[in-house]
Amino acid sequence: MSRAPVIELPLTDEMLSRQSRELARTWAPARGIIGFFSEVDHKRIGMRFILTALAFFVLGGVLAALMRLQLAFPENTLIGPDLYNQLFTMHGTTMMFLFAVPVMEGLGLYFTPLLVGARTIALPRLAAFGYWIFLAGGVFLYVSFLLNIGPDNGWFSYVPLAGPEFGPGKRADTWAQLITFTEVASLVGAIVTIVTIFKYRRPGMTLDRVPMFAWAELVTSFMIIFAMPAVMLASTTLILDRLVGTHFFNQAEGGDPILYQHLFWFFGHPEVYLIFLPAQGLMSTLIQAFSSRPIVGYVWLVTALVATAFMGFGLWVHHMFTVGLPQNGSSFFTAASMMIAIPSGVQIFCWIATMWTGRVRLEPPMLFALGYFVIFIIGGMTGIMVASVPVDLQLHDTYFVVAHLHYVLIGGAVFPLFGALYYWFPKMTGRMPNRRLGMISFWLLFIGFNLTFFPMHQLGMIGMPRRVYTYLPGLGWETLNLAATAGAITMAIGALTLTVNAVYALRRGEAAAANPWQASTLEWSTSSPPPPHNFSPERVIASRDPLWDDPPGQPIVVGVRSDKREVLVTRLLDAEPDHRYHSPEPSIWPFVTAMATTFMLIWSIFSPWALVWGSIPPAIAMIFWFWPRGRSIDDETHPPEKGRPQLEAATGPA
Amino acid sequence: MLQSVLHAAGIQSARIEALWWVMFWVTTAVTLVVLALVVVAVRRGLAADAMDVTERSSLRRVAVGTVLTAVILLGLIGGSVITSRALASQRSADALMIEVTAYQWWWAVEYQHPEPEQRVRTANELHIPVGKTVAIKLLANDVIHSFWVPALHGKLDAIPGHEATLWLRADQAGVYRGQCAEYCGHQHAHMAFVVIAEPPDVFERWIQAQRQTAHAPATEQEQRGLHLVQRTACVMCHTIRGTAAGGRIAPDLTHFASRSTIGAGTRPRTREYLDQWIKDPQAIKPGNRMPTLGLSDADRSAIVAYLEQLR
Repeated sequence: MSRAPVIELPLTDEMLSRQSRELARTWAPARGIIGFFSEVDHKRIGMRFILTALAFFVLGGVLAALMRLQLAFPENTLIGPDLYNQLFTMHGTTMMFLFAVPVMEGLGLYFTPLLVGARTIALPRLAAFGYWIFLAGGVFLYVSFLLNIGPDNGWFSYVPLAGPEFGPGKRADTWAQLITFTEVASLVGAIVTIVTIFKYRRPGMTLDRVPMFAWAELVTSFMIIFAMPAVMLASTTLILDRLVGTHFFNQAEGGDPILYQHLFWFFGHPEVYLIFLPAQGLMSTLIQAFSSRPIVGYVWLVTALVATAFMGFGLWVHHMFTVGLPQNGSSFFTAASMMIAIPSGVQIFCWIATMWTGRVRLEPPMLFALGYFVIFIIGGMTGIMVASVPVDLQLHDTYFVVAHLHYVLIGGAVFPLFGALYYWFPKMTGRMPNRRLGMISFWLLFIGFNLTFFPMHQLGMIGMPRRVYTYLPGLGWETLNLAATAGAITMAIGALTLTVNAVYALRRGEAAAANPWQASTLEWSTSSPPPPHNFSPERVIASRDPLWDDPPGQPIVVGVRSDKREVLVTRLLDAEPDHRYHSPEPSIWPFVTAMATTFMLIWSIFSPWALVWGSIPPAIAMIFWFWPRGRSIDDETHPPEKGRPQLEAATGPA
Repeated sequence: MLQSVLHAAGIQSARIEALWWVMFWVTTAVTLVVLALVVVAVRRGLAADAMDVTERSSLRRVAVGTVLTAVILLGLIGGSVITSRALASQRSADALMIEVTAYQWWWAVEYQHPEPEQRVRTANELHIPVGKTVAIKLLANDVIHSFWVPALHGKLDAIPGHEATLWLRADQAGVYRGQCAEYCGHQHAHMAFVVIAEPPDVFERWIQAQRQTAHAPATEQEQRGLHLVQRTACVMCHTIRGTAAGGRIAPDLTHFASRSTIGAGTRPRTREYLDQWIKDPQAIKPGNRMPTLGLSDADRSAIVAYLEQLR
């Protein structure tokens, strides 16, 4: 394939600024109430995802605080078993499905196009649809909870406890259908991310120049596509067992409850990596930016991400060691589970090497990244312990595992996430957060976290099982539980200071420059916050760290219309210009389709006929969504006789 | 009475505890080394005094770290596999066979014997002889539960339609608390039991005593208690061998007063707690399957008197 020709065009500053104004008009967000529901701007959709997920994070945190209050003292009567069982189910379901996965997806939708230098995401209407489905699912879960039909079988909903015989009412159905909502939202987001990274990259950004966070989002998206079908089977067969009396998991009729566990964990373990891998990408981003040098071992880091993704599918049985499976098989999963520490180790060593040879700046985002090292490494080590079959026989389903999973998920994902939110806050809002408040909130969260979860290791070792609403005095569990509760309160204060900082910065924060942290990736090349069209002019990329290493006066991409929402589609490997594509305009129909789908999914909890009649409204909505409107812009701009569109990369003012 | 992984009183738990301590020291050392590297890296990065190191030499060190990681992990995998095999080697043909069936939210216990009338049924309390291998055959009546006595062995799930066997041996006499470890619904928190490991002769005396039918009531009040038990809903669910009570969906009460707790370890077995329990079973352990019988105070104390003499 030949390179696109570089044509010398006399581009003046005046031409560029006129083009920039035209682009801003063309890509302006939709207006009014209808416009609010029609939005296809990736920054707005991403921001909605992030804010909604953070709201669910707060709700999940409140549920956790209630649990900690109940467990502060033995035989406490603050919360009874019925509510407590709903609390831990809601907490786990919220944090996994409504916070961790969507917030990473939101960051991906917001930043992937900015990182790869694109005008927008691919398939923006699909992304909008994904957001509405996610929001509807979360609201549905919490409304159900308030109506006392909140799920109470744990975030895994094992049968037969969640089956028709032992799970009366609609609580288990609520859980299963929430899973359907989040599956749809995640799959949609994964497809959007993959297409954006594969096809919307700025010319010059070959695959080996893609920023680490975009790589992480890409790998995660592929994991979503392979993991989600398993949980879709699990939740759908569960709801079929409950709704129409199929017997997938009823052992009396030849079904098998262990089958459910396999299906759930075949998804459930990769799920952990859906949360963890984007955070690994965030870590690389933060370490590089605050070590002021290109990351050491780019290829190794990418390989580690891909290796983790593959191995992540081979570990699910370590959640089932106490089921009594054959020993040889179990040993295989022990080995696989321990070996996944190797790619994590490679990444940690590369980051250490980057700091070692760089110029480190201890800004608040970097502190969160350093917090990762302490917390995640401890979590990784306890992970090695529970990966061993014999040790897991003792530790499985105890507070040791509660400690372990919070060390890996909060240390491995939430700390990098908070660091990244702090890091990107100026880009998203145009305001600088307060450094001192940022430092205080880090220390409160760090100390509070360890005070909450470190004692839980010991609690598990001395026999406290998970998911108990109370415990008897005299087992030596009192002090440690009280310490954990005190830690939880400290964490809550830390989260509050973060919120105060964000609100303060929005109102009084000083205006942020385009690149306040002197970072290297493309999102910092545009204004803070970015204009609706993200970039103008679009300069061709010449290195992995364009803001550090690209020579001045790189060619500017021209030949893409600025009076229509036209984007440049590039080739997968070398990001050479391929063709122009008309990105969809705002549309209300993704929202309508999402609402119609929501109606069908909720109705189907009550009647199987919902799937028959309820699928008609979404079908109608989708017909309107995809209805062809007049002459396509492609016909207009690319007469067939011209063949492959000609693209010019023109030089312009430096 | 502790429920601790770190106070092994049997061969299986001792094997696991040994492996755990190996892992603890190895992982602690690794954590400290890596965190020390992080500290040094940050200090050098702050001073920015190592900026001339080439990426190539950095990566060589990353490779060394990775290889070391792999070697340590391989060692731990080896230790884990060896311990797994040792745990499996505890199987033995002349083990004492005990069938434990998990119910929401209590444990039915049946000591196996070739002659059916020699079998012993009890609940929420197991006696085992010290030094003898015991095979615990696990069944589940309703949902998934998990049988766990940390002092003696790791846990094993009881799954409806599946049968699993846990092989263990107590090496020190003592009373060891256990608890359901798989979330099983409303009262998962109150599904405990105790294992009493005792010298073989003491165990033999206990099992002989358990084989007897229920102790006949002596006093008039106790006799009235038996009468009431046989005339009320008690018999629908509970068995008291030697009486008309033959229900099988609740704990066997034949030798109720030889046990130490009520409500599957929820409360110690005292007259006061027993009276409270019968008065309002839902007060102490809300959601359990025992109904409120609406007995008068006098009737209740007669029943308590009868139950308390079932040694």
